[in-house]
Amino acid sequence: MASTLIGKAAVLEGLPDHPALKAILAWNPAALTDAKFDRSELTLTIVAEEIRAAAAAVQAAGYNFFEDMTAVDWFPSSPRFQLSYHILSHSYKEHIRLRVLVEEANASVESITPVWPAANYYEREVFDLFGVRFEGHPNLRRILMPDDWVGHPLRKDYPVEGYR
Amino acid sequence: MTDVAGTPILEAPAALGAKDQHMVLNMGPQHPATHGVLRLVLEIDGEIIVRLYPEIGYLHTGIEKTCEAKFYQQVVPLTDRVNYLDPLSNNLCYALAVEKLLGLEIPDKAQWLRVLLAELSRLNSHLIWLGTHAMDIGALTVFLYTFREREDILRLFEAVAGQRMMTSYIRIGGLAMEPPLDFLDRVQAFIRTFGEKIDEYSNLLTGNPIFKGRLKGVGLLSAADAIALGVTGPPLRASGVDFDLRRDMPYSSYEKFQFEVPLSTDGDCWARYAVRLVEMRESVKIIQQALDGMPEGAVKADAPKIVLPDREKMKTQMEALIHHFKIVTEGFAVPAGEVYQGIEAGHGQTGYYVVSDGTAKPYRVHMRYPSFATLQALETMCKGRMLADVVAVIGSIDIVLGEIDR
Repeated sequence: MASTLIGKAAVLEGLPDHPALKAILAWNPAALTDAKFDRSELTLTIVAEEIRAAAAAVQAAGYNFFEDMTAVDWFPSSPRFQLSYHILSHSYKEHIRLRVLVEEANASVESITPVWPAANYYEREVFDLFGVRFEGHPNLRRILMPDDWVGHPLRKDYPVEGYR
Repeated sequence: MTDVAGTPILEAPAALGAKDQHMVLNMGPQHPATHGVLRLVLEIDGEIIVRLYPEIGYLHTGIEKTCEAKFYQQVVPLTDRVNYLDPLSNNLCYALAVEKLLGLEIPDKAQWLRVLLAELSRLNSHLIWLGTHAMDIGALTVFLYTFREREDILRLFEAVAGQRMMTSYIRIGGLAMEPPLDFLDRVQAFIRTFGEKIDEYSNLLTGNPIFKGRLKGVGLLSAADAIALGVTGPPLRASGVDFDLRRDMPYSSYEKFQFEVPLSTDGDCWARYAVRLVEMRESVKIIQQALDGMPEGAVKADAPKIVLPDREKMKTQMEALIHHFKIVTEGFAVPAGEVYQGIEAGHGQTGYYVVSDGTAKPYRVHMRYPSFATLQALETMCKGRMLADVVAVIGSIDIVLGEIDR
């Protein structure tokens, strides 16, 4: 397998038979904005509005297990938030990363809980610690911090020590 | 109040017709059977669970935020404290993730010792689970037996790391230091008798009619539900999904070891008990293979700018002293990128997602811990069962609140 492939064109050329990539292309090639194959991990960047449908597409392609989901705050660059979904396939024995970029203003994406109920706690955690909203989540409220907490501690502009 | 799955239980719904009203019961966070500070809010109809809602966060320490302010090597001691019952697995997972970012090759001996230690750590985790689980059910004796063997394992950890619980022994680039000369003999002496000890636990529990009655058919979880709810590790395999990262996506040279992955299709608490018991026997096999085939060589990668030099070299060679000073004061830069590394820990799949921006401090460290996901399946397992079964189910999914709240 190729070592490092950066960019959508390079990945499409280098990994033409990858099942997840084929599933995304068959579903909606326009939703795939960027791709990366680095350190033997495939990262597919999906447009933010389409994440639920993309999750359903890779699930149908055999990526059956939701492993992990979290956010990265790229403050002060824009778009500010990156959401990383790690999806595992029990049959292919490998995992992929779906990546979504979200703007800071009105940060919100569709919840993938209808596809994987396991995402419930993970989306609540991202909402709690980063302040990204998930539309269609059955119970979007703080999970680790107290309900009346002000602010989102894992944002980069939230201080590690001292007063908020 | 509408009955939506996964929403908090604030009050019981009004009684319908001649029926009695449901009751809301609070369990924890200081309940001895919740294995830490887990709080459950239960809506019960008599003694039958109608809904169950876990409230977590009582142990939240913001460890992921702390990681962002530390050098890469300073994160290792933090990982111990997340799941304090399986410390070496945490060390291993974090080290593997950073090594993947660095593209670092680890010597064979270090990899084999890592496997050996990870399996000892799994035994440690399973022994605590077995002792506390049996104690919750009312079989108090087993706890004393399992903690006797756990003490032996902690002494082995102390021999290599100088610490019983917060080991921090697996470092980025290998191990902290060579294990003591008699370490492998001591491990051999421990596992020589450990098989009999498992028989001993099994004799106390497997034929015990009360233990059987409390676990058989309780806490049912189907394979489809287990996958949908993100359940990993022994509970997943007890529901009939044949997946083990050690065998299916091997790391740290697990591909060189022969072992069976125990499986059950019953999906109840008893199946989870049986699967873990066999897993302990398989761990003993893996440790035996690691002892028999232990390669010679160094336990640290040859990367002077990343791995701290030996104490002796530091005192005699100027280069080593400079490297030591640089690593301690400035850390080491890690190439930009993002990696996710999953390993099979005692409770299930532990994963570290590390994002680097090219500096000496991690830009983001996210810890995926199995208990966090498994807790979501608790309501599915307890619904329609008796109140007392909740205690059995919590014990059988083996949760640690440290890794749920982080």
